[in-house]
Amino acid sequence: MVLELFLNAVVAGILLGGFYAAVALGLSITFGQLDIVNIAHPAFVIVGSYTTYIINESLGLDPILAGVLATPIFFGAGVLLYRFYYVSFERTGQESLSGLAFFFGIMFIVEVVLIMVYGVDYRLVEADYIGKTISFGFIIIPIRMLAPFLMASVMTLGVYLYLSRTFNGRAILAVSQDRLALQLMGADPVKIKQLALGIAVATAAVAGSLLIIIGPVEPSVGRLYIGRVFAIVILGGMGSIGGTMTAALMIGVVESLVATFYGPSWAPAVGFIILLVTLAIRPQGLFGRA
Amino acid sequence: MTRGNKVGIRKWVLSGLLMMSIAILAPLSSTARAAEPIKIGFSMALTGGLAGAGKAALIAMEIWREDINKAGGLLGRQVEFVYYDDATSPAKVPGIYTKLLNVDKVDLVVSSYGTNEIAPAMPIIMRKKLVFLSLFGLAVNDKFNYDRYFQIMPAGPVPKEDWSRGFFTLAAEQSPKPKTIALLSADAEFARNGVAGARKNAKKMGLNIVYDKTYPPGTADFSPIVRAIKATNPDMVFIGSYPPGSVGLVKSANELGLKPKMFGGSMVGLQFASIQKNLGPLLNGIINYDFWVPEPTLKFAGVEEFLKKYQEKAKGKGVDPLGHYLPPFAYAYLQILGQAVTAVGSLDQGKIAEHLHATTYKTVVGPVKFGANGEWAKTRTLMVQFRDVKPNDMSQFEGPGKRIVLYPKEWKSGEIVYPYK
Repeated sequence: MVLELFLNAVVAGILLGGFYAAVALGLSITFGQLDIVNIAHPAFVIVGSYTTYIINESLGLDPILAGVLATPIFFGAGVLLYRFYYVSFERTGQESLSGLAFFFGIMFIVEVVLIMVYGVDYRLVEADYIGKTISFGFIIIPIRMLAPFLMASVMTLGVYLYLSRTFNGRAILAVSQDRLALQLMGADPVKIKQLALGIAVATAAVAGSLLIIIGPVEPSVGRLYIGRVFAIVILGGMGSIGGTMTAALMIGVVESLVATFYGPSWAPAVGFIILLVTLAIRPQGLFGRA
Repeated sequence: MTRGNKVGIRKWVLSGLLMMSIAILAPLSSTARAAEPIKIGFSMALTGGLAGAGKAALIAMEIWREDINKAGGLLGRQVEFVYYDDATSPAKVPGIYTKLLNVDKVDLVVSSYGTNEIAPAMPIIMRKKLVFLSLFGLAVNDKFNYDRYFQIMPAGPVPKEDWSRGFFTLAAEQSPKPKTIALLSADAEFARNGVAGARKNAKKMGLNIVYDKTYPPGTADFSPIVRAIKATNPDMVFIGSYPPGSVGLVKSANELGLKPKMFGGSMVGLQFASIQKNLGPLLNGIINYDFWVPEPTLKFAGVEEFLKKYQEKAKGKGVDPLGHYLPPFAYAYLQILGQAVTAVGSLDQGKIAEHLHATTYKTVVGPVKFGANGEWAKTRTLMVQFRDVKPNDMSQFEGPGKRIVLYPKEWKSGEIVYPYK
């Protein structure tokens, strides 16, 4: 019985961790690699959820497909956002505090616009697989959690390969380390950063679609994820995509085990304790460069 | 005549003129005051977690204002609202009420929506000795014992325990009687209060509590919790949850095959049309609290007209489109305030409070009589059971037959299906 609970908790934790990774991925790029404290990222995820909801409700498309279809628009929005951020703050060297305030502001504006346009009622999506499960012996897996995990894994792998195998991807990794060296390689740091923020915001479209598959969404629900996703990015090591995925899975499994055996109230606390202990031992995070 | 005398006469003439002008102008200014609107002040959750309810409440309150102003206003004066968004943040509430009373100088105050937003206003209201009609606070006055506090949610005189009394009364009537129970609550004031009462009721009934935990806001996956509950194999599961948790728990329980004999209790969200539509048949069998449902036993005068107006106004505003849960009560608490002010014939807070203690009011949610602590003198927290719910159809909830009233007996509209399947 205990073994059954334990294994089920581990599996549930891995699936939950996959979802956390999807939400944290965009932040890992902006915060981890570009040094942009994009506190509005969870709000973009909620916009992703609403976009998915609208497509699902009006066209009846699968929520994940809807999220993927929305990525080009989100990418474009991310590029524009960076242009604005660059002109207003980064160019004048005011990005540290003013930039943080800027993204805080964006978060509230996004929330209020969503409330004004769509109201505050909870939104949910329909899909055939929501509510169904698959079983392997005594392990029961809700597809509502499995589908987000699979999509999150594909997306994380995709971003990882892009960043490590392509010229532009490597340039993104380089831009936060040495702007001058990057310019000497013939790449424009501003363009590279806007590409990176575009990708980061595009991941929010998919993460949003995963969130609304798992549960109901209303405009302010993103706030609940801010602490957790920042913790994941820092725990994984700033800028490491693999680290983000590992940290997300770790937090997911720990939360799930604590919720099963000790009490769900302690789950987030234990996640943060792990973060603190890890930072005490390895200040750069699990996979961060020293 | 001396110079001193002249000054004295002038003084007398001037003061006489002043007195005359006061005498002439005084009635004028009181007429002007009579024409001034009566200002009702409140804070309301228009953004943040409870905004869904707060916005719906505001629509209902505005319908009341339109109705009363059309009928000539209160004490012959038009009614005006002064309100601010508390963003579902309890910390903002004291500042809002201070401003309403000291800057806006409102004549009457009512509360925001929900326990967490009502409690922080209490010290300010109490200092000014104002009548405070409140909207859906659970056991707020337990700690304050304020004699001018009146609460419209029909929880009953012992709110914490009355809240779940129906659930346990029904359980006690079943054969064989359930023996074990799992309690789960969201980590927030309202849910914890509800489950605290359930714990007492469970102990009174001699149930063995096999699981008793809370979960934090922001929980995305409920399957570990549902599995842990399932492992204790309880006869009953009583849950105090908010909408995201309610949906997650119902889905998880269904996916993982958690089938106790009774399931539900104090789950917020299962009363909202959009969530009902999405959960569809997963709701069948769940026994949960509610306050008003369109069953034949609860057709009070005015409620259908009110809902028609509400549903029209709610269109496109992103609030609950049917509005069965909260809006009728948001209308009723102002209806009661209006009736009390009219009966007293003034804004004298003491007299209004006396009237509120002594009278049974006729409202769209039925007859309302407050007890000594400002809660309903007798509980009317309904326990309803979802029945024959079909997938993907919101309109089915507009009429009777989907949420059967099982408790209290005088409002009962059908028999329980037990055990829950």
